[in-house]
Amino acid sequence: MTPLLQVQDIAKFYGARRGCEDVSFDLYPGEVMGIVGESGSGKSTLLSCLAGYLPPDRGEVIFDTRADGPRDTLSMSEPERRMLMRTDWAFVHQHARDGLRMGVSAGGNVGERLMAVGARHYGDIRDQAVDWLGRVEIAADRVDDKPQAFSGGMQQRLQIARNLVTGPRLVFMDEPTGGLDVSVQARLLDLLRGLVREMGLSAIIVTHDLAVVRLLADRLMVMKDGRVVEDGLTDQVLDDPQHGYTQLLVSSVLQV
Amino acid sequence: MPDYNFAYLDEQTKRMIRRAILKGLAIPGYQVPFASREMPMPYGWGTGGVQVSAACLNPDDTFKVIDQGADDTTNAVSIRKFFENTAQVATTEETARASLIQTRHRIPEAALSEDQILVYQVPIPEPLRFLEPSEVETRKMHSLEEYGLMHVKLYEDISQHGAIATAYAYPVKVEGRYVMDPSPIPKFDNPKLGMAAIQLFGAGREQRIYALPPFTRVVSLDFEDHPFEPSKADHDCDLCGASDSYLDEVIVDDAGGRMFVCSDTDYCRSRRAAGHVGAQGAPYEEGAA
Repeated sequence: MTPLLQVQDIAKFYGARRGCEDVSFDLYPGEVMGIVGESGSGKSTLLSCLAGYLPPDRGEVIFDTRADGPRDTLSMSEPERRMLMRTDWAFVHQHARDGLRMGVSAGGNVGERLMAVGARHYGDIRDQAVDWLGRVEIAADRVDDKPQAFSGGMQQRLQIARNLVTGPRLVFMDEPTGGLDVSVQARLLDLLRGLVREMGLSAIIVTHDLAVVRLLADRLMVMKDGRVVEDGLTDQVLDDPQHGYTQLLVSSVLQV
Repeated sequence: MPDYNFAYLDEQTKRMIRRAILKGLAIPGYQVPFASREMPMPYGWGTGGVQVSAACLNPDDTFKVIDQGADDTTNAVSIRKFFENTAQVATTEETARASLIQTRHRIPEAALSEDQILVYQVPIPEPLRFLEPSEVETRKMHSLEEYGLMHVKLYEDISQHGAIATAYAYPVKVEGRYVMDPSPIPKFDNPKLGMAAIQLFGAGREQRIYALPPFTRVVSLDFEDHPFEPSKADHDCDLCGASDSYLDEVIVDDAGGRMFVCSDTDYCRSRRAAGHVGAQGAPYEEGAA
């Protein structure tokens, strides 16, 4: 089987300071990869490099495109990459307001990606928007409300609907549950897990919350100071951490 | 007034503006940046249009200025006076006699011909501006032809009002390429944008010039199930009886009395001179108000 995404030797430096270095991995269709580490360990830098928001200094990000098979997204032309970003890729930001248009109604937010790929039938766009709001548990009568009128958890669910409406194959998530209270987190995780399984999505999830990767991720990468210090199956890494830092991370989780 | 160069601007500035105009004509709908000068009038009063007019005027031109279709409103009168003073060109109120027409918010009712130029005053040249505040991003969207966002605006209109409620500055796609703001003309005028005359758009504060060459293919954006409809008040002109012109609603007393009149004053006058009389009109007399 061809990997959906092959990451080879990615490195990004901010001047002399290391953002991330020597990161390589393969992601297969339907697989969810978690990236954990403390603040400043380079996980967000890595995610931005993979998702095309930040040009890395070195390395390749090879994506298995629908039309032409595996291609290096970093050497693609910008129109091609942006097309990929609004069709086969999705990016869920930590703060919903970074990923939403706050002045546009919920239906317009979900419909934007459809219109960006050429949908020009209002009725169809609206039907799909309402359908997707239902899937992320937002009532159909909120379709014309603006995201400002939504709670934090609803905004995050709306952001997810907006990203998944074009049926992407790869989703990048940057702390998708950050800033939400625990009961809302639990419901959001439940929803994400359902959607990932149902749609057969591949996902890369960056988080510092080990509970999130335990629930969602098949595989885990632990980062420290810009390098990957340990990787493996999620349960394996969390239950039997080998690297000193991973042991510290796992033992730091508060038990209630 | 010999203290001024012909048409106020110095020759180097006019040359710079003409280069922007030529580039605009070569790439229909593309916003060309230019070094907009300060003009002796406030931004928002047509500084962009005035600079384009100044760069196009020559001493043989006959100049006409309209504001919302009318020749006798403040904006039109002051700009006409400005060029009478600084360029000593002939001016007219008759659309057919003018070789250069500067307009604010309307296209004349009478069809323009190939030897005429229509100059628009543009407040905000960027059609995507109120959806995407970043200029860097909107330029990228233009260059990559990413115009889905424009339809988000129309989607919002329909979801809120049941129909596309945008009534002016209605976005158009030019020659299948650039999405363009046709300046705040009513959407009633949009179908005329493919006219025979050269159309030039000047935005002074925003420092942009764009253009439509004659007979450019201009399509108003819409949805398949909500097609574009040019709209006007459902009346005939009360002065000249015209049923095909864009109308202004005028309140005439404190008791709710109103009348609908052509917004294009020259069109209305010429129809009345030809003997047409509307529901509230008196027969035309030369020189009568």
